[in-house]
Amino acid sequence: MTTRPEATTRPAATMPKAQNTPSGTPTKITQGSPTKGGIGESTLRPDGTLKVTGEFAYSSDMWHEDMLWGQTLRSTVAHAEIVSIDTSEALATSGVYAVMTYDDLPAEMKNYGLEIQDTPVLANGKVRHHGEPVAIVAADHPETARRAAAKIKIEYRELPVVTDEASATAPDAVLVHEGRDDHHIGHVPHPNIVHRQPIIRGDADEAAKRADVIVTGEYVFGMQDQAFLGPESGLAVPSEDGGVELYVATQWLHSDLGQIAPVLGLPEDKVRMTLSGVGGAFGGREDISMQIHACLLALRTGKPVKIVYNRFESFFGHVHRHPAKLHYEHGATKDGKLTHMKCRIVLDGGAYASASPAVVGNASSLSVGPYKIEDVDIEAIALYTNNPPCGAMRGFGAVQACFAYEAQMDKLAAKLDMDPVEFRQLNAMEQGTLLPTGQPCDSPAPVAELLRRVKARPLPPEQEWLTAGADGTSVDVRALPGGLSNTTHGEGVVRGVGYAVGLKNVGFSEGFDDYSTARVRMEVINGEPVATVHTAMAEVGQGGVTVHAQIARTELGVNQVTIHPADTRVGSAGSTSASRQTYVTGGAVKNSCEAVREKVLELGRTKFGTYHPAWATAELLLEGGKVVTDGGEVLADLADVLEGEAIDIELEWRHRPTEAFDLRTGQGNGHVQYSFAAHRAVVEVDTELGLVKVIELACAQDVGKALNPLSVLGQIQGGTLQGMGVAVMEEIIVDPQTAKVRNPSFTDYLLPTILDTPTIPVDVLELADEHAPYGLRGIGEAPTLSSTPAVLAAIRNATGLELNRTPVRPEHLTTT
Amino acid sequence: MRVNFTVNGRQQEADDVWEGESLLYVLRERMGLPGSKNACEQGECGSCTVRLDGVPVCACLVAAGQVEGREVVTVEGLADYAKHREDAHPGGGCASGACGTTLDSAKRWQARPTDGQTGEAVELAPIQQAFIDAGAVQCGFCTPGLLVAADELLENTPSPSDQDIREALSGNLCRCTGYEKILDAVRLAAARQGEAAQS
Amino acid sequence: MDFLRPASWEEALAAKAEHPTAVPIAGGTDVMVEINFDHRRPEYLLDLNRIGELSEWEVGQEKVRLGASVPYSSIMDHLRAELPGLALASHTVASPQIRNRGGVGGNLGTASPAGDAHPALLAADCEVEAESVRGTRLIPIDAFYTGVKRNALEPDELIRAVHIKKADGPQQYSKVGTRNAMVIAVCAFGIALHPETRTVRTGIGSAAPTPIRAKEAEDFLNAALEEGGFWDNGKIITPAIAKQFAALASGACNPIDDVRGTAKYRRHAVGIMARRTLGWTWEQYRGAGRTLEGAA
Repeated sequence: MTTRPEATTRPAATMPKAQNTPSGTPTKITQGSPTKGGIGESTLRPDGTLKVTGEFAYSSDMWHEDMLWGQTLRSTVAHAEIVSIDTSEALATSGVYAVMTYDDLPAEMKNYGLEIQDTPVLANGKVRHHGEPVAIVAADHPETARRAAAKIKIEYRELPVVTDEASATAPDAVLVHEGRDDHHIGHVPHPNIVHRQPIIRGDADEAAKRADVIVTGEYVFGMQDQAFLGPESGLAVPSEDGGVELYVATQWLHSDLGQIAPVLGLPEDKVRMTLSGVGGAFGGREDISMQIHACLLALRTGKPVKIVYNRFESFFGHVHRHPAKLHYEHGATKDGKLTHMKCRIVLDGGAYASASPAVVGNASSLSVGPYKIEDVDIEAIALYTNNPPCGAMRGFGAVQACFAYEAQMDKLAAKLDMDPVEFRQLNAMEQGTLLPTGQPCDSPAPVAELLRRVKARPLPPEQEWLTAGADGTSVDVRALPGGLSNTTHGEGVVRGVGYAVGLKNVGFSEGFDDYSTARVRMEVINGEPVATVHTAMAEVGQGGVTVHAQIARTELGVNQVTIHPADTRVGSAGSTSASRQTYVTGGAVKNSCEAVREKVLELGRTKFGTYHPAWATAELLLEGGKVVTDGGEVLADLADVLEGEAIDIELEWRHRPTEAFDLRTGQGNGHVQYSFAAHRAVVEVDTELGLVKVIELACAQDVGKALNPLSVLGQIQGGTLQGMGVAVMEEIIVDPQTAKVRNPSFTDYLLPTILDTPTIPVDVLELADEHAPYGLRGIGEAPTLSSTPAVLAAIRNATGLELNRTPVRPEHLTTT
Repeated sequence: MRVNFTVNGRQQEADDVWEGESLLYVLRERMGLPGSKNACEQGECGSCTVRLDGVPVCACLVAAGQVEGREVVTVEGLADYAKHREDAHPGGGCASGACGTTLDSAKRWQARPTDGQTGEAVELAPIQQAFIDAGAVQCGFCTPGLLVAADELLENTPSPSDQDIREALSGNLCRCTGYEKILDAVRLAAARQGEAAQS
Repeated sequence: MDFLRPASWEEALAAKAEHPTAVPIAGGTDVMVEINFDHRRPEYLLDLNRIGELSEWEVGQEKVRLGASVPYSSIMDHLRAELPGLALASHTVASPQIRNRGGVGGNLGTASPAGDAHPALLAADCEVEAESVRGTRLIPIDAFYTGVKRNALEPDELIRAVHIKKADGPQQYSKVGTRNAMVIAVCAFGIALHPETRTVRTGIGSAAPTPIRAKEAEDFLNAALEEGGFWDNGKIITPAIAKQFAALASGACNPIDDVRGTAKYRRHAVGIMARRTLGWTWEQYRGAGRTLEGAA
């Protein structure tokens, strides 16, 4: 096995510095456990101690002797030809080591992209969105780099911008990408449409004739930002063989590698990537940000180069959640049965494709939600515009659709004078229900039960802001809408309650080869059996490392498990996204552990088989550091079996394959698993000022099997709050005339604080999916779906307003 | 310019500091103390919270030159800081016992982790231990700032109400947890502090 | 960039006289954001942290002399009785960490219409003590704000303190933001009852190019209170008076549309806040008000 540098603490300024090893390099984390610590237990994070002491090295913490700082110069306009670039003054600045533009790119390949390589590493004669990288600088201090970048003179000739469907698909629309030759161009109706997916099943027009009521709605979903707290950053170190070592925060090392190496003109084995500490991701690190730029500057200067975005740049450094316009029509009979659904979902992908095709696939195939509707007519498209590029964010495609179809469910229930929860339960999908793609749901789908559970929960007490003060009643403004701003002492405050439920696919769909690799080693160290798990899984905070250790303990019966740093020296683990890592990389770890266990038993039989007949006849397990029979009889200590030997196995593991959706009908077994969550929101709205306080957001979710119950709660509560954020405050605002971002800062892009956060009680169901490892279900995204529409429904309930857009702002609630 | 100040009880000196540099940059890039985090650099997230002469501040908004001769405590020094406080005022805090989390649940959580590299037990401040035990750490980027802020809260308000906790931590953004486990962690630390005071 | 570190007020004035473009930095909560985001590269930074007296206050017979750098958290903790409106406003400033650093001097120096202290200062009535090597002058708060992010200071002047009238009656402060903590004002409203002079003063933030008073609303209310004998009889103010006061406060606004809110909403919200805060202060005046938690 390759040994890793062990340096972790960076030398203090006054201490001599190490020469060639960057500090902040991740190291193996060994976690012992006094108890068994297997799956199903709330074992604690192996990286917890490092994270609470400040020693855990995030990508922005990397440091290297003699390192330079990289700076990116970005476009100040959204759409323009670059007439000229003059870098001479920047290059002449003292302390500057390199300035690079498109002309300095070393390889034939100059673009990158997740699915379509349409994104230039540095602008090629044209910029397509505000904040596109045009030039990069390396200097000995970040301020020197910033000053030098400011001295680069760029002359732009501005072009008209396309910013919505009307402008992007007008007959004379300027094309965002001329001469497209990607695999979607053949089936899209306009070159400014990245991808289109219709889904036709049954006959919606015919079924509509059976409807007693029909409701339609136009819905708007604003542009949300992942707003992970750790900004894009990393360190590239040139190596003696002409390659480069890259330490970076990402969601998928091997996907990055496949995009980085060609642009550097290097074979993949000369670009050695190691995962640094990742300060959150939520989809925003699925695309390349500073990776290639840092490598280019390191290779050009021969020196280590660190790039750290500040928050302002971070808003331009990653893709956002697709804003969407959604048109829906639903019908129902007077006894409350859904008859049909028609919808058209227009997603704004911005200037580059990123994950847009997959977002279209999810939006269309999940547009019905967790309901039984046999006759549907669905279309989803993603546009190319000059708005900021949009791509992956937690629950993509499904989030936007859920906001719209859940509003429709409430409208239908109201029109039918039915209880909104009972109406949903009446139409709830179940195991066996066919999705609009024709795919049967072949595992539990407890949609009605989840709704029942959130509804059955007692409501939080009213007027909790009234407290018994020293001299009679007093008011705690912290419990009121407006909070510390002291806007109401109860005046105008109305309570509302709303419900929503959602459906999300787990894993990469549509025929993607969604595999993971795990390398598991077992050996004896200091007389004790130790398992080492090595994957390329990006631990972004979700707790995958905790779960891998639990799986290894369960499968191999050891206490000590070492988690090897994630890097590209082992096969791909796929992306930490799509709620897939516990399922797929967890599945790979389980699979490799099982293979190791077989080898251990083989070794045991060879060494000790003659001492006890059970070696040959019984079902054998590894438990508590011993080989035992299924009857519990101890056959040998693992330490004795493994003495002098190390078993080391790397295997790929795949879940059941999926199929592409038919391009005309959308039919196909496109998804591998579904995930369900329901929410009840209780809000208090200051109806005069239009301010909202969410009091409680109760969630019920089926997780199949909770491998780590504490982490499960953390995922559900975190996802719930992100959904609430985009209901009441989070939105990137883009000027429709200029396509420029107006609020790229935490001053004006607002995330919920702890004072905005409701209590989030969670009800966890564990209905096993027999197709998945341990019966588990991917859980990370589902709570983000239903949270937003539940909050909106509660606000509608409090105000009586229609509210077809999220986030709602005070002016919407006061119709000002 | 040159700046001299005390960090976690040790005298430090930084040379060639650019005049526009923040305390945060000096800590992270010159002192080898990257525990204070650089999430927003505009005072809107609290991830760089440190104690400046005992007062919690955003290190990103303190000019390096302003800390000349002053005392800074960062997350790296929090365990020592808490230990000194405990030595000076043993058993301080939550005398009433009316703290948020019940002691039973506190005991259920109690588990002492070991250091990732050495396998040895690490001295942690009670609030650090509580964050691990309660599951308040996910990506961990907000954690250092929250720990410094929460530790100061419990220093001054040994048995805070939930609203007190929310107010005290309202300058610290977390994007992963939904804050529920962070509330649990502060309640847990307060409860343990109260238990220690009673015994 | 140069970093000037005067050890005394006199040294600070001398430095400012020598380098009138020097940007004073105390709490750093405005200046450092601009430096971190590369929006500003002043030639000189003038650090005021070493001048201890700027963080001190004196409570006199009629006024509080509040040092320019007294942090908002100290105003909340120690001056709630004397400066209740400003204490409430202080509590709405950003986050606990920012309130530990920022002070009124910074709000005045930046003179952003969104500065949280302004409406409270306007309503309480105060004078800004500005000083240069040429001497000291007291600038009435009504004459202090001269334009968007512009104030009446001369280039060589520094703000030493603010002389704020001690409350002789109830004061209130409300601020609308789209988050329940750590938020910049969409708009804000301050009100102070002055029973000694039988007048009411107001302040509006973020709804005009500068912080302003709602003078017509004040005049109307002063007359209505006098006419109805309200100061003496302590009766509940009639809804018609409150409504008209709110409408006039709303009418005093001259707001813009921006990412934080629309002009129309700001006018609307100022009216609501005017009506509510008048009600709260008047109830307190009548001795029937509720106490507040978490509000100062």
